[in-house]
Amino acid sequence: MSKHILRMDQITKVFGKMTANDHVDLTVRKGEILALLGENGAGKSTLMNILYGLYKPTSGQIYFNGEPVSINSPLKAIELGIGMVHQHFMLIPAFKVWENVVLGLGGRVILDEAAAKEKIRALASEYQLEVDPDARISNLPVGLQQQVEILKVLYRGSRLLILDEPTGVLTPSEKVKLFQTLRELTKDGFSVIFISHKLDEVMEISDRVTVLCRGKKIGTVDTKDMTKEKLARLMVGRDVVFTVEKTASKGSQDKVLEIQDLSVKGRRLASTIKHLNLTIHAGEILGVSGVDGNGQSELVEAITGLRPVESGKVLIDGKDMTNRSPAEIIKAKTALVPEDRKKVGSVKSYNIEKNLILRDLTNPAYCKHGILNYKALEKTADEIIQEYDIRLSERQSPVGALSGGNLQKVILAREIKSQPRLLVAMHPTRGLDVGAIEFIHKKLIEARDAGAAVLLVSAELEEILSLSDRVVVMSGGRISGELGEKDITMEKIGLLMGGEKLGGSANG
Amino acid sequence: MSAVLTPVFFVTLLAAGVRMSMPILLAATGEIFAERAGVLNINLEGQMLMGAMVSFLVGYFTHNMFLSLMAGMISGVLMALLMAVACITWHAQQVVVGITLNMFALGFTSFWYRVAFGVTTSPPKADLPGSGEQAIPLLSKIPFLGEILFNQNFLFYISVVLVIVANFVIFRTQFGLKLRASGEYPKAAETMGVNVQRMRYVSMIICGALAGLGGTFLSLISLNRFVDNITASRGFIALAIVIFGKWNPLLVLAASLLFGTTDALQLRLQAVGVELPSQFLLMLPYVLTILMMIITAKRSESPAALAQDYQRESI
Repeated sequence: MSKHILRMDQITKVFGKMTANDHVDLTVRKGEILALLGENGAGKSTLMNILYGLYKPTSGQIYFNGEPVSINSPLKAIELGIGMVHQHFMLIPAFKVWENVVLGLGGRVILDEAAAKEKIRALASEYQLEVDPDARISNLPVGLQQQVEILKVLYRGSRLLILDEPTGVLTPSEKVKLFQTLRELTKDGFSVIFISHKLDEVMEISDRVTVLCRGKKIGTVDTKDMTKEKLARLMVGRDVVFTVEKTASKGSQDKVLEIQDLSVKGRRLASTIKHLNLTIHAGEILGVSGVDGNGQSELVEAITGLRPVESGKVLIDGKDMTNRSPAEIIKAKTALVPEDRKKVGSVKSYNIEKNLILRDLTNPAYCKHGILNYKALEKTADEIIQEYDIRLSERQSPVGALSGGNLQKVILAREIKSQPRLLVAMHPTRGLDVGAIEFIHKKLIEARDAGAAVLLVSAELEEILSLSDRVVVMSGGRISGELGEKDITMEKIGLLMGGEKLGGSANG
Repeated sequence: MSAVLTPVFFVTLLAAGVRMSMPILLAATGEIFAERAGVLNINLEGQMLMGAMVSFLVGYFTHNMFLSLMAGMISGVLMALLMAVACITWHAQQVVVGITLNMFALGFTSFWYRVAFGVTTSPPKADLPGSGEQAIPLLSKIPFLGEILFNQNFLFYISVVLVIVANFVIFRTQFGLKLRASGEYPKAAETMGVNVQRMRYVSMIICGALAGLGGTFLSLISLNRFVDNITASRGFIALAIVIFGKWNPLLVLAASLLFGTTDALQLRLQAVGVELPSQFLLMLPYVLTILMMIITAKRSESPAALAQDYQRESI
């Protein structure tokens, strides 16, 4: 038997004009965790979708357990013993756990519910998973849903697990639990491919790392010989500064945003905001942390006039802006870097200039008597392209053609150029590579130092820790705790994210 | 009114109600399969009409019940396949295609009926063997119940068995699990090795066969003749009953019986000579349908991917 469970040999995948994978080699040893590291768009997902039979490679060969195989459907991958936990869980919310687990299994025509549940319980107890086979998926927290995904794979007797960005949706304690499970599994001889762009996680969990960049394999290295900095250099191709340089906030008493007893109906019960109070001063960054879907989106939408406020007040610079239109709120010098940069933050088919004036149509410098001044627009666009180092293939190309990082820079530039009093930034670096993250962090701090009050919503603890002057944690539509600059630690935020109160906390 | 409130009146009312619920029950059971797989088969009406017309023609000319039933089912399936090809393979809008095919079926059936029989004031009858009631020995002698449930056409007994089988298949088999997964979250189903498009095709074939059979019941057994638009929107009522019955065959059976009985009641009230315009009585089943929809609107739990197209990612 070969010591490699999987060998992907010279895999190439071409979509139209774009080469997503260019002669990529990848091997996985038995019982190891191989991290697949790369920026967004580096070709990690394409490579894994090929392995799981969702895409057909343009050329190249896959060997499983030493045998050449052709994987033309997920069914074939499952039969071989390859299981995948997708980034967006592939669970049917209306089904119970056991139904999700046995879905698609061949052999039996009539379902044997009792036997399936028995096997699920046995597997769950073997790997200390807390899964109840009778629970309905829609009632389970995200961490448990992920355990069901892992169970699905184990139930089929897979020997190789692919985990695509598995930690993005987890609380810190859920992440610890996941890593425990993965270590447990490799001890039993399972192999794991761990896809990530987060360097800390890769350093913590993997045995070896394969780095992809722009569809090509840069190299495979042993994790123990690596540092975060070395990995980042491999991934981005240059040195990256991790510590954000930041002086202490000047501590102005000038209240820019004041939220009083705010209640907002949410998309779900957990994200309905109940009697929330919040203040941000000029020249400080307030980090709003929490697991996604605990009211953060609703809070941002209520502040920016995108969602009706049921009761309570939103004051911007002392003026009551509750339930005002977005146009009025923009006039009150509020800027927004929205959650979804493609659907909300920009118009895909417009070029940079047109995107720049979307929020600034009344500015006489750009638009007089209803007529656009293209010269002025172009000049501003040129300045921004220069200052923000935005890479375009063609000057006039629509922003939809830009990479995520470059598009986010366009949006951030537009918002910061308006010299806001209040800058609301929601997940400003989500899905971006380390280089772009570094840049965006620098700009947010510059905006703060220029006197703006910054509301930073992020699910990335690292980001919250390195940027915030103060942190509030949201859980179930409430603020579960507030931490001053000296108190901000990952552990405390982690506890608050789970909705627990801190002993002796000022806001307990 | 004393003639109305007698045991005999109730027994005949309920027996007729059972009979009249059959076409809707068959079509609705088929629709459960289609909708559970994610296809909103609004073409149910057209499939019933096709079944009604084709089975009548075959029955009239061959005088063979078995052949007629087969013909009714096959024509329903062909109609369903037209919709399946357009919506599943070519990704056309399900609702738009469904409505269009309904209009097509109405014109098609009326046309070919006229080609076969010309314009007549007394539509010909099929008079097939087996189109009457078949009493089940012993059981049909039970007072009241026997007359209502065990002195019906053989197709009624088959239908009840079909409903029970459908319930088992949908909730207790791997096929049913795949079917429901295709209608809830097709992409997830695909990753678990389910061929979503194939499941949707199979569900449409089952649906077409049952709807065709429903139409057959209408023309060969209930009325013993074919008339233009014989289904009179029963396909749409079946759609509503599927929602009322929460996509569950047993609940749909109950809902169909309720509807059939209402229909039978309004016919009887007309016959007794209640002092209401007959048009109002005719509205009764449809008013009931609307009421049902309003009552269930809040708690409806439709398959999450109902009426949504599914396309496997480009390979």
